[in-house]
Amino acid sequence: MSSRNFDFAFAIGGAAGQGIATPGDILARIFVRRGLHLYTYNAYQSIIRGGHIFLAVRISDQPVGNHGDKFDLLLCLNQDTMNRHLPLMGPGSRVLFNSDDIQPGQAAEGVQLCPLPVGDLTGGSRNKLVQNTVALGAMMHLFGMNFKLLEDALTLQFKRKGQEVVDENVSTARAGFDHAKANFEPFADPVPQGGKPLAVWAGNEALAMGGAAAGVKFYCAYPMSPSTGVLHWMAKNARELGIMVRQVEDEIGVANMAIGAAHAGCRSMCATSGGGFALMTEAVGSAAMMEIPVVFIDVQRAGPSTGVPTKTEQGDLWQMLGASQGDFERFIVAPRDCLDAFNTVPELFNLVDRCQCPGIIVSDLLISEGRFSVDPADINMQPEIDRGEIINQPGAVNGAASSNGYLRYKITESGISPRAIPGIEGHVHVVATDEHDQDGVLISDEFTNPHKRRSMVEKRARKFKDIASRIAPPELEGPADADVTLIGWGSTHGVIKEACEQLQALGISANHVGVKWIVPLHAERLTEIITRAKHTIIVENNYSGQFYRYLRSETGLSVNGHIRKYDGEPFMPHHIVNGVREQLAGKTDHSVPYQEVMV
Amino acid sequence: MSAASTTRLAEEKSLVQLTAKDYKGKVDPDWCPGCGDFGVLSSLQKVCAELKLPPHQVVTVSGIGCSSNFPGFFNAFGMHTLHGRALAVATGVKMANHELTVVATGGDGDGYGIGGNHFTHTARRNVDITYLVMNNQIYGLTTGQVSPTSCEGMKTKSTPFGSVERPVNPITSAIMNGATFVARGYSGDQKQLTTLMKQAIEHRGFALIDIFSPCVTFNHDNDYAFFRPRIKKLEDEGHDPTDWKTACEKAMLWGDTIYTGLFLQRVASSLDEVEPVLDEGGPLCFRPLGISKEQSDRILKRMM
Repeated sequence: MSSRNFDFAFAIGGAAGQGIATPGDILARIFVRRGLHLYTYNAYQSIIRGGHIFLAVRISDQPVGNHGDKFDLLLCLNQDTMNRHLPLMGPGSRVLFNSDDIQPGQAAEGVQLCPLPVGDLTGGSRNKLVQNTVALGAMMHLFGMNFKLLEDALTLQFKRKGQEVVDENVSTARAGFDHAKANFEPFADPVPQGGKPLAVWAGNEALAMGGAAAGVKFYCAYPMSPSTGVLHWMAKNARELGIMVRQVEDEIGVANMAIGAAHAGCRSMCATSGGGFALMTEAVGSAAMMEIPVVFIDVQRAGPSTGVPTKTEQGDLWQMLGASQGDFERFIVAPRDCLDAFNTVPELFNLVDRCQCPGIIVSDLLISEGRFSVDPADINMQPEIDRGEIINQPGAVNGAASSNGYLRYKITESGISPRAIPGIEGHVHVVATDEHDQDGVLISDEFTNPHKRRSMVEKRARKFKDIASRIAPPELEGPADADVTLIGWGSTHGVIKEACEQLQALGISANHVGVKWIVPLHAERLTEIITRAKHTIIVENNYSGQFYRYLRSETGLSVNGHIRKYDGEPFMPHHIVNGVREQLAGKTDHSVPYQEVMV
Repeated sequence: MSAASTTRLAEEKSLVQLTAKDYKGKVDPDWCPGCGDFGVLSSLQKVCAELKLPPHQVVTVSGIGCSSNFPGFFNAFGMHTLHGRALAVATGVKMANHELTVVATGGDGDGYGIGGNHFTHTARRNVDITYLVMNNQIYGLTTGQVSPTSCEGMKTKSTPFGSVERPVNPITSAIMNGATFVARGYSGDQKQLTTLMKQAIEHRGFALIDIFSPCVTFNHDNDYAFFRPRIKKLEDEGHDPTDWKTACEKAMLWGDTIYTGLFLQRVASSLDEVEPVLDEGGPLCFRPLGISKEQSDRILKRMM
């Protein structure tokens, strides 16, 4: 078990339009400024007004990699939230609600109901959002925190709207704080002071910032949940950073426009979700054929088709593996958390620039829309940039006497042909999505030329020989001789890690491996891990075991069991712990956790 | 365009002596003898020489189709991309290096059918691209099926009893979509075509030239014999290209009289001119990568 001294989770539930995000943001800022670590998961619906939204926030003195198993505090902004979630609140927890509008249900023993007479406390304010501010004040008391912290946060939040608005919010919050102080017992463990102040970011912001740091100069997209946050960050910061951002008519246009800009010499990136990626796929193959480096981001949501736009899933793996017709190489990488997502972007750009090919980052709603604490010192905004063999300086010499000497697709031992961008004298050439020879001349219209075709296929493939040595192999985390080895990929890393800690505390020795690089896959390292493990279980956020099937195809190995979740919600640690326990007890080799929180 | 690069281009232009031959590609066209596309190719070669555009400053971008093989036959930087995607790719190229002369080439199926969405939006954005559509009113490379510009009643392999659909009108569509230069050429009249191409390349913004480029193999309805007696030139009738209403009226005529020439031209800022990121610093593709310490400090501060 990690040395977690403080571990607290709260949730805010209500309808869209009730202003859940604002108190969530204010509290998040207060906690991270205090140096506490934070992980938020926002369960929402594809609706602008109404429906049910449930924001889960977990804070700790130690880094947190998932939203946890329980809530200590629930703030109900409507009756619906009370009805859905009260039964899940356990002993010692508190439930805050506006007693003017909301009837509490039957709480379990030990749950402290904290009614807030919002009307009385605010002199009958008709502002619907006022209950949020009253609750914020009350929460500060329950957390055992100084009201001044909230006052400062509210001032920062509302100062642009003028002093009057600030004063109104502060006095409203103060009323909530005072009421709570007079009526409710705070939590036994007050929120502690953490280390140095942290920042907060969302995965989509991290992906966009990673792009900016990597030197992206052209970003384009078509809005699609849950990837749109990348576009928003880029659009907001583009002018300051000299990045061109375009919102394009469709994802087909997005992918092709990104390819055009990349060919002309920019580092170029685009993001979408599975449905948009489906439209991009033909272009992915064209980038491979024309040997143009582009980074595509797929933020997975539950599918198929338009599926469940606001829910998470790891269901696009085979779409990425099989994206576009034909037989070609691509990079596929699934970051394991928000900071990893940030770092992955420049790393992938260096690889696609080197290999002049498409690269795909597979994120998901959980990482992309979650908000997490981060130590700004860990964000390296000046990463190493390696553009590979590119000829992009005016006046570049191609080593040949005339422009006819430059061969864009020159057959080389490494398979890499120096890539000249348009505008560079002496390097005029044509790139083509049809098969072509070294000089870019189409061979598709020749009656037959199997030898040329073969040499070009092999040239492109050679670029990727030994490429796995350039990326970090997956590591086994935890005790080497554990009773059970959990295997996950991408965003499940944090929750699996915590499940292992919980298993350890229960006397079950567990270790885990979180795979990040899907292509290339360190198959040998994984084979070593799996063959040495006593009992292997693959944990995936999908129905059919997409990673399991891929792993089997690459290693020829099977595993002992599976834990799969495909209800749209992410794993909580106990889902995995329970699955492991029932599997080790021989009850099953296939667990599908039950999602308790009815969001 | 930055002052420095304008000077550079001017210097380059004064030094170069270019002829149409300098734009002859690595391979000879494999179009059918008599194909209208030959006339389009030679016109562009002449125009580029006249405009003294060095081949390395020109990029041709095409999709898929007979006419989309164009970049391979033309000596300049070229991209032979996916079916229908030439304009999207060309926009990316132009935005990455707005000092390049970008010419998109393709056919009616490529541009008005599968690529129709990009056609609409590239026109609307007024991207500074010249778009040459070799319109033969048929799918030639796939051996003769109905196209978006095929006439009602036309018999093709996919409409053996005659097409029941009405064709798209590229000229009125382009005008309605906001294109700032809309012309129609005929590959049988190179004199007019070179004049239009020259104007189109010099025009700042999206310039469409829809070019009747007869398919002598698969379209026997709209061949040279069909066009020759019908074509009348707008310039001969003193058409005012700022008059969009008359332009639309004349563009819709399809009978004994079919007009060619410049239907519409208007002055409007092109995308690269209105995009603030391109205000200074030269083409994006030549700018240093990454972000400065000051910029990253500001970003990180905003996250706190």
